[in-house]
Amino acid sequence: MRGEWSCVDLTETYLSNIDKGAHLNAFVFSMADRARARAAEIDGRIKTGDAGKLAGLTLAVKDNIVIKGERAGCASAILDGYVSPYSATVIEKLEAEDAIIIGRTNMDEFAMGSSNENSCHGPVKNPNDPTSVTGGSSGGSCAAVSAGMALAALGSDTGGSIRQPASFCGVVGLKPTYGRVSRYGLVAFASSFDQIGPITQNVADAALLLEVMCGLDLKDSTSSPESVPDFTNSVGRDIQGLRIGLPSEYFGEGLNNEVRQAIDNTIDILKQRGAAIVEVSLPHTDYAIAAYYVLTTAEASSNLSRYDGARYGFRAADVSDLDEMYINSRNQGFGEEVKRRIMLGTYVLSAGYYDAYYRKAQQVRTLIKRDFAAAFERCDCLLTPTAPTTAFKIGEKIDDPLTMYLSDIYTVSINLAGLPAISVPCGSDENGLPVGAQIVGNYFDEEMLIRLGHQVHCQAGEKSA
Amino acid sequence: MSILKEKYEAVIGLEVHVQLLTNSKIFSSSSAAFGGAPNSKVDPVCLGLPGVLPVLNRQTVNFAMRVGLATNCKIGRHSIFARKNYFYPDLPKGYQISQFEEPVCEHGYLDFEVNGQMKRVGITRIHLEEDAGKSIHAEEFVGSDETLVDVNRCGVPLVEIVSEPDIRLASEAVAYLVELRRIVQYLGLCDGNMEEGSLRCDANISIRPVGGTELGVKTELKNMNSISGVENAINYEIHRQIELLESGGAVTQQTLLWNADKGIARAMRSKEYSHDYRYFPDPDLVPLEISDAWLQEVKSALPELPRARKNRLIAEYKLPQYDAEVLTATRPLADYFEATAGACADAKAASNWIMGEVLRYLKENEITIEAFSVPPGEIAELLNLVGDGTINLKVARIVFGAMLETGKRAAVIVKEKGLVQVSDTAQITAQVRMVLSDHPAEVEKYVAGKEQVVGFLVGQVMRATRGQANPKIVNEVLRTELQALADS
Repeated sequence: MRGEWSCVDLTETYLSNIDKGAHLNAFVFSMADRARARAAEIDGRIKTGDAGKLAGLTLAVKDNIVIKGERAGCASAILDGYVSPYSATVIEKLEAEDAIIIGRTNMDEFAMGSSNENSCHGPVKNPNDPTSVTGGSSGGSCAAVSAGMALAALGSDTGGSIRQPASFCGVVGLKPTYGRVSRYGLVAFASSFDQIGPITQNVADAALLLEVMCGLDLKDSTSSPESVPDFTNSVGRDIQGLRIGLPSEYFGEGLNNEVRQAIDNTIDILKQRGAAIVEVSLPHTDYAIAAYYVLTTAEASSNLSRYDGARYGFRAADVSDLDEMYINSRNQGFGEEVKRRIMLGTYVLSAGYYDAYYRKAQQVRTLIKRDFAAAFERCDCLLTPTAPTTAFKIGEKIDDPLTMYLSDIYTVSINLAGLPAISVPCGSDENGLPVGAQIVGNYFDEEMLIRLGHQVHCQAGEKSA
Repeated sequence: MSILKEKYEAVIGLEVHVQLLTNSKIFSSSSAAFGGAPNSKVDPVCLGLPGVLPVLNRQTVNFAMRVGLATNCKIGRHSIFARKNYFYPDLPKGYQISQFEEPVCEHGYLDFEVNGQMKRVGITRIHLEEDAGKSIHAEEFVGSDETLVDVNRCGVPLVEIVSEPDIRLASEAVAYLVELRRIVQYLGLCDGNMEEGSLRCDANISIRPVGGTELGVKTELKNMNSISGVENAINYEIHRQIELLESGGAVTQQTLLWNADKGIARAMRSKEYSHDYRYFPDPDLVPLEISDAWLQEVKSALPELPRARKNRLIAEYKLPQYDAEVLTATRPLADYFEATAGACADAKAASNWIMGEVLRYLKENEITIEAFSVPPGEIAELLNLVGDGTINLKVARIVFGAMLETGKRAAVIVKEKGLVQVSDTAQITAQVRMVLSDHPAEVEKYVAGKEQVVGFLVGQVMRATRGQANPKIVNEVLRTELQALADS
């Protein structure tokens, strides 16, 4: 291949795909000039043999991961015009290996949402069916990869925000172990949950990106010193004797039949390839959504306090005093879902309610971690559906937050526990909409996600072939 | 009022904020130094820009442990940082990172002297936190309804030292504060400058009938930015509360701002302080774990504290209490004294000279001992010249003046100016006889039994010798000669 293509050509192809896919609303803006200049530089390095391991990889970046000199808006009006004076650690690492950042992707405002309808830029449309949602909150990133507008994308995952849209869009999305990837430069939603992860067309690409993204960062106190293996070595490894746990709570009421069918088919094939299937139980699963919404909104209410109109971003006009500036700026700058969560989080931290909500939810979090620890004594990884349904219609759930929250029912527990998980396409429903299988690994065992994820993706490919 | 003061007692607790002299801020890399152009000492982290994360500066933990050890606290081996949430323009994140549950130090006490009596005040807790910026309502820069913000101070490390309500009098509060300030200065972690705000003190005050056990409604006093401000404000507030109760009123819980110019405290508007801070553990910071080794390292590097040093000066140099107290006021002064005394034959002479001549010079020139140009060794040399009789104390003062002026050493000045003391009895006897023959009236008085004239006559001899005569020998010769005249 080498010599037959150039990064400049590749970049042009993706840039033209971005233009062609404009109706999907996946991008907030493309970074054409920056991408072209970088591509030319990298072509030079390829000729001299100095190019990085991601040379030529066009990358779309979610609007909540900051890039020096570029706007970072989190799809929120309140960050209107804000340009970051520094780059996130992951951006520095990826660019050091010659990834080409091609544009900023749309998202749910401040990563709060499961459909990518909560954006000041409007909803993202699912490339598989433009009347359906992409899922969220990394909907723009998943749509970009799904529609060939970038080879890979970065998303962030607080309760399923990489995996659920990856499932809806038919791409691979990986959420690393909490602490694996530096959060420095990721605009915080819920700090003890957020992780940046790769969204790709296949598992091998995810492994490649992950190798570059992971590792200790002294700028993030919660980043882990755990050594980073060569994840690509796990691509293609067999699964003979692997013990795959199926948590019964993830196969109950609310799971769509077609999704269930696709997962069952996958399980059958994995059995044929030598995996052992183990029934496990995660008994506190029922409390996960409630604990998740108490804890993430509490953290978010504090994290989002800095958007007050005083220093950057949007400030309401015609205010008479400081309080009015705060109130009007925040009221006009934040969208409905964000305001709902700030209010909820403020409430659960308030004097007299802290013990009943925040402290109780922390206790639930501990119990959920213990559930997983017990399950991992009996198996090497877990397999579940990523989401209870395939992509739903735009507008279908937007007025019913509680129903919307349930679309993350299989993903939030993983963030509560801080475990790594991947969503891999494993089939489709009768309308051709993709179904994702979620694989959950033990702490820092992303190799397991790559190893099994690759097998699942292959079987899906075989079926569709 | 004095009768009423016997009827009531005040219950006072102090919250002291101490700015730590670290190079960089508590959670980021920009300079923590005081001053500088507004908004020049900043970085993305202390500005709270989207996406940034705090990383704890280890030196701040060392400093907090030092304060804790110096105030007999239990050092928390596991402590956590919390967010204190409130909106204000000089607080860029909308929350202050502090400690709430599980602070770094707890359960200590401080012993100090008030009016010659020892007093012990309990320390409830000491925690680490970041400072906020400054809002400037300066009409020279902006319209009267506008405010400027300087964020240089954002993220400057603080420890907050919270006392038990063990203080009963303003004078005790002052003594506690002065001792605490001396300790943090000795520990090398704060300059203790209340005017610049590197040491700040708030007081919680309530009153109750003498001997009562229940606590009254308390008020919080803020903005007392000097030691005398603390004393005046507390006295003012005790007085105000007593008058309120005596006139049938009740104390309302509120925060008061001391106005030193007017000598009054005004209540803050309730919206200025009535916050529900919604404390919760900061998820961006991992719990602070202090190992045995780390604690031991800080313990073994702990400098001698002021009270211990005072006692040592008394024992080692045989100094009076008073001298030891004055000389241990600051660590550099005590260091200066010890260096001088170490090179000087007479420690008490060194103490006298430093407390007298040196401190007077510092005061007149408004400088501190660190800026004093004469090294301790040269003061010792000067005093040794007195000790061995080369010069007398009066000449020593002249020599000291010349040392300050020229930077030359004492021996050189004495030689150049020919100031060597005259101890030759024959020479002195000649001078004495001349003075006596010039003052027959005084001689007669002496003969008549008025011994006081001796002092006058000594002075005349000293004057005649330009101060260079050995006063001891002058005295002896004078008495001999006078006695001879009386006997004749």
